[in-house]
Amino acid sequence: MAETVAEKGTWTVKKGLAEMLKGGVIMDVTTPEQAKIAEEAGACAVMALERVPADIRAAGGVARMADPSIILRIMDAVTIPVMAKARIGHFVEAQILEALGVDYIDESEVLTPADEQHHIDKHAFKVPFVCGARNLGEALRRIAEGAAMIRTKGEPGTGNVVEAVRHMRMVMGEIRRVQNMPKEELMSVAKEMGAPYELLLEVANTGRLPVVNFAAGGIATPADAALMMQLGCDGIFVGSGIFKSKDPKARAKAIVAATTHYNDPKILAEISKDLGEAMPGLEIATISPEQRMQDRGW
Amino acid sequence: MKIGVLGLQGAYREHMQCLGKLGIDTMDVRYNQDLKHINGLIIPGGESTVISKLAQKNLLFDAIRQKGLLNFPIWGTCAGLILLASEIEDNSVEPLKLMKIKVRRNAFGRQKHSFVTKIKLSGFAAQEEFPGVFIRAPQIISIGDGVEVLARYQKNIVACKQGNLLATSFHPELTSDLLFHQIFLNIVQRSMVTSLAG
Repeated sequence: MAETVAEKGTWTVKKGLAEMLKGGVIMDVTTPEQAKIAEEAGACAVMALERVPADIRAAGGVARMADPSIILRIMDAVTIPVMAKARIGHFVEAQILEALGVDYIDESEVLTPADEQHHIDKHAFKVPFVCGARNLGEALRRIAEGAAMIRTKGEPGTGNVVEAVRHMRMVMGEIRRVQNMPKEELMSVAKEMGAPYELLLEVANTGRLPVVNFAAGGIATPADAALMMQLGCDGIFVGSGIFKSKDPKARAKAIVAATTHYNDPKILAEISKDLGEAMPGLEIATISPEQRMQDRGW
Repeated sequence: MKIGVLGLQGAYREHMQCLGKLGIDTMDVRYNQDLKHINGLIIPGGESTVISKLAQKNLLFDAIRQKGLLNFPIWGTCAGLILLASEIEDNSVEPLKLMKIKVRRNAFGRQKHSFVTKIKLSGFAAQEEFPGVFIRAPQIISIGDGVEVLARYQKNIVACKQGNLLATSFHPELTSDLLFHQIFLNIVQRSMVTSLAG
């Protein structure tokens, strides 16, 4: 009998891994020790970085893919999936991350874009990609390029959830809008949003994005995580919010519990107690337009 | 009949959709008291470390284990299979110790080794093959007495059954083939008849 073929890097397994992360928290880490704290606290995956977004924002200059040795050490330290960031449009950084064997690549606006016009052709890779989006059109453009998971952009490194809320409300609101439209109006909406028509049609029929949709950018407390879950996201990315707070272990555990029990205010009250100070927050209006990370990419 | 799907973390919605297609009532299970309202439980795919920790934290872990010991129907897929095991090779997860199986986590490797293939069923169903979706999947490396092998991929055991406990290292809920959901419903159906007779 002939051996059956095993197909790797298919859309099913790319999208499937994101499905398995649902209801979970993905935490930014910069060392193997932090990765272990995150795993121990119940993170469903970690994002291996050289610096968390708040430090990238503070340092200024050009932010690039992390040193491969940092990523490899983090991959060795934990048994949960490890993600890493490539610059928008920097397909060679993505090739390197794929060669390292990371489980997911985040084509991320947190790093300085390498291409101001084009994102990576993500279908060309076996490794799955997650991308940021502020609205439905942007989400569907990224999915058409091959992203198997979407997250809100929010405003990274601020500890201010307002932009993530804006982006989640925008995506969910636009989904509700297209769902209630007669089919003949969808083509002009697709044109308006810059969204691929076939994908928009799918959203109108199913009432949801074709891939998993997480919240990211500015989440700093258990209440922030539960807020994003109640607004309809599938899970949470926490960047600077954990390791820039006073007690990362306690906060990491609390955010994990809040993401599971997001609909239960009594539990949320209990887990929000005695966490120490959250990360310092930034008012969005104090960030000059050229320093807003969410405007990177299109 | 009502089937509960453990909704702490992971792909629980997909199982509910599959059961919905078969006309079955479902609920997501997050607390002890939810177990009273269901006739069978599915532990879905997700991160086994996360699901185990969350379940231990809110006492659901022991409640599920007690039910399992009394032959309550439970089906674990991927992370769920890891939780049902009696031993995890690297001790990285606290399992429920319900099935006499020893399991290796991420046995096929990282995401780049995740794959889709046709697996061979052991002749219990009309069909010979099933679409196997393996995502950072675990492997059953040994089985004890009373564990029946249902499917293999190459030489690896990828589906098995022990009493009313069912375990698959792949994800039937990510395919349109409802065979394993039907198998589990048959187990639940029989256990309901038995408990009525008893």
